[in-house]
Amino acid sequence: MLLRHTPKEITERSALMINPAKTCQPIGAMYAALGIHGCLPHSHGSQGCCAYHRSTLTRHYKEPVSAATSSFTEGSSVFGGQANMLQAIENIFAVYNPVIIAAHTTCLSETIGDDLKQIRKKAIAEGKIPEGKYMISASTPSYIGSHVTGFSTMVKSMAGLAETTGKKNGKVNIIPGWVEPSDMEEIKRLTTMIGVKTIMFPDTSGVLNGPLSGEYKMFPDGGTTVAELISTGDSIGTLALGEWCSAAAAHELDTKNKVPCQVLDMPFGLKATDRFIDALRIIAGVTVPDELSLERGQLVDMISDMHQYLYHKKVALVGDPDQLIAMTEFLVSMDMCPIHIVTGTPGKEFERRIKEITKDMPFAVNVRAKGDMFLLHQWIKNEPVDLLIGNTYCKYIARDEDIPLVRWGFPILDRQGHQYFPTVGYKGALRLLEKILGALQDRKDRDDPESKFELVL
Amino acid sequence: MATTTKKKIVQWDPAHVKAELLAKYPSKVARKRSKQIMINEALGNETPEIMANVRTTPGIITMRGCTYAGCKGVIMGPTRDIVNLVHGPIGCSFYAWLTRRNQTNAGTDGENYMNYCFSTDMQDSDIIFGGEKKLEKAIQEAYDLFHPRSIAVFATCPVGLIGDDIHTVTKRMKEKFGDCNVYAFSCEGYKGVSQSAGHHIANNQVFRHIVGENDEEKPGKYKINLLGEYNIGGDGFEIDRIFKKCGITNIATFSGNSTYDQFASAHKADLNAVMCHRSINYVADMLEVKYGIPWIKVNFIGADATAKSLRKIAQYFGDQEFIDRVEEVIAEEMPKVLAARTDVRTRTEGKTAMMFVGGSRAHHYKELFNEMGMRVISAGYEFGHRDDYEGRQVIPDLKVDADSRNIEELEVEADATRFNPRKSAEEIKALENAGYKFKHYDGLVPDMENGTLIIDDLNQYEAEKLVELMKPDIFCAGIKEKYSIQKLGVPMKQLHSYDSGGPYAGFEGAINFYHEIDRLVNSKVWSYMKAPWQDNPQLSATYGWE
Repeated sequence: MLLRHTPKEITERSALMINPAKTCQPIGAMYAALGIHGCLPHSHGSQGCCAYHRSTLTRHYKEPVSAATSSFTEGSSVFGGQANMLQAIENIFAVYNPVIIAAHTTCLSETIGDDLKQIRKKAIAEGKIPEGKYMISASTPSYIGSHVTGFSTMVKSMAGLAETTGKKNGKVNIIPGWVEPSDMEEIKRLTTMIGVKTIMFPDTSGVLNGPLSGEYKMFPDGGTTVAELISTGDSIGTLALGEWCSAAAAHELDTKNKVPCQVLDMPFGLKATDRFIDALRIIAGVTVPDELSLERGQLVDMISDMHQYLYHKKVALVGDPDQLIAMTEFLVSMDMCPIHIVTGTPGKEFERRIKEITKDMPFAVNVRAKGDMFLLHQWIKNEPVDLLIGNTYCKYIARDEDIPLVRWGFPILDRQGHQYFPTVGYKGALRLLEKILGALQDRKDRDDPESKFELVL
Repeated sequence: MATTTKKKIVQWDPAHVKAELLAKYPSKVARKRSKQIMINEALGNETPEIMANVRTTPGIITMRGCTYAGCKGVIMGPTRDIVNLVHGPIGCSFYAWLTRRNQTNAGTDGENYMNYCFSTDMQDSDIIFGGEKKLEKAIQEAYDLFHPRSIAVFATCPVGLIGDDIHTVTKRMKEKFGDCNVYAFSCEGYKGVSQSAGHHIANNQVFRHIVGENDEEKPGKYKINLLGEYNIGGDGFEIDRIFKKCGITNIATFSGNSTYDQFASAHKADLNAVMCHRSINYVADMLEVKYGIPWIKVNFIGADATAKSLRKIAQYFGDQEFIDRVEEVIAEEMPKVLAARTDVRTRTEGKTAMMFVGGSRAHHYKELFNEMGMRVISAGYEFGHRDDYEGRQVIPDLKVDADSRNIEELEVEADATRFNPRKSAEEIKALENAGYKFKHYDGLVPDMENGTLIIDDLNQYEAEKLVELMKPDIFCAGIKEKYSIQKLGVPMKQLHSYDSGGPYAGFEGAINFYHEIDRLVNSKVWSYMKAPWQDNPQLSATYGWE
């Protein structure tokens, strides 16, 4: 047994977190920053933070992840990291020449009170940021929130670049939230299909799913350009996908640039995608094209065809709030029963939303924000499930408890596909459904006795 | 089946390469980097000096990690029956959770906490009001849940800054429990200049709090400790297989596949064999001073190096029966190795490699490349010190700068009751007269060819430039470097955690490595970089089928 010391009996823990269902803010800020074209993320802290975030993102994407660090020493921790940051800015523009530096803090620089906004002003005053180059910053203390908070804060800082010229650009801002590059690509396909002009930020497609061509581009072709970010202030509206990931930036554009916003769930599954497409259609004042209705119909068709394998199957879920809310709704919409749901990210609203979505389910629901995977595992030991959905760390639970696992979320360190195949939209939901069915039916084929083994499922 | 090796002629002049690496830097950075980039001119101990173990310049995309990573991730990570509790915000514990491919075998019911991730998940209120209470509670909760024999606490950056006294808390808890050894590591990420400081902090505390705790006699005739072996990809398993076959009893591996009790019994060994010089040579020194156990440098990376190291261990004990047994084992293991080597050499001979890893690996793996007929044209350490490059004779001259000064050096003296010189002065002398070398390490530099480039703390920009200018057939570094190198069409092998596969140590490991490198440098995939229309963009005047 891999997790042989996990007892079935649940005892309350108030200080010890075991097998977290979250990580710290800075990695989210780094991932978001990679979605700006020509951007070098910068970690203002010890070298290790930057190394850890780069390694984790690299293992998840199997792609280069460049980011710089302030390389704090004991001295800088005592006297402040301003000198390190100023030196870093100078070196970064000299050696790597990005269009923009997106810097974030760490628990170290936050604890000593470094203020990146003030350091940026000093860098500008000292001429360290060349003409036509930019720097943005985000305060991302690791001891508040989670990786999702850091993502959201960096995206909000991007919105801070927005300028209002008074002349509308006729575009809709789309803030996709922490989704995969493939999902961002899919969202662009959908908006193009409907005929809505958009600015999507951040956009990691073309950055973290690049080709192998014998050429290394430190700054790949993808990403939202700084010009686009500036122009978000002139957009006709903003659609923010995911309360936790994207609302802060949308509200920033609303209050600062008077760009009205609407916060939707992330478009995972049938109903959330319906709401997203409907919102786009209304904003753009267009008719949804038949091709898209066809995609929707195909998804509904597959649900109806395979409903017997889905009905009342119990599922345990772990991941991030926005994703889990949409996934829970998707599962419930297919008459599946997500009964154990854990996120490591804090937020009472999460528990309320999940309870609301699952209120008519025939089983009691365990839901916990700020929980951990140790607790999830204990819940599963007490009330077994048919399926587990979550990141790669779930495979230790899946193997011990012999439960089929669908890998979905962050990080996925042991399987491929998330970079290239979306799970947003109707097509994405179809892929999710294919994976869920594959896992359940593989299990059925494995477990059915020979006398009951069937050719046609 | 064998394909002929394509001879690729790449002309490069080391001085030109060095100049190119430095060209883009602001002058201050260039001056510093210039001292860390050395064109190898001399062999033997007359090597020119290289600057190492110094701060990385802020903003330069370094390969290095932090002190915490060296302490928790590298040294303590592979120990299975200690609950490793990280005191800090969640990230540090999360990132070090199962990501180093340390393998372990706890049997069916043995203790194994390696698959778990423990953290106090510090919140802003803990930062403001202090985290000691939470730490104490977390230790209690871990004890109540698991009743482990030991709990280790690791400090992350904010812990040192807010002044949590983790050592007092752990001492108190140890006394309270009575049957669980609790201690702490002040391994805040900002200390030192790289992971290396973390190794030192970890090893000091293991020595202070665990070594010598178990005085039970251990059975076995030829008892050694293997220091600086981390069982990445099962390396330690392969070495243990060979030891067992030879009749060597491995009391403690520091720290691959290790247990608390192994550390606690380490003073019962009669010889310390040091693998990774960088991360642990000082422990070998301390074990010698306190308990009288001599140490030698060994290397089990490379089949020839493995044979050499086994002979060295046998010669130390000097027992003819043992010496003969070791020869038998070598004779038994080598034919398979040589067969594999002969086969791959038809495809690897003359190819070139670069290695930028660790504090020893960039040296050790040269053995394997040599065995395959490949040349290492540039190498360097991520966190090595000058003695790892130039040899131990430079140690007395090492400058102690502000960053090294704050890393504790333990003052050790002979143990009042347990100091027992394993060899008399005469025996040591006799061995030395026969050419035997104790406490000896020549470093990487003398093993590198003239005119090759030795580069300390290589960074992303320089790595890309090196590959562009020197066009190696394979590049070895860590996961962060992997894909930018491969985008250039050059295969990259991770030599920290190997990505996948292993073991690469010992005899079986050598065969695995030959096959792995053969696979990488001869993979068809590197020939697919361009589509037919990109190779031949001009449209011909007529359609193909006319």
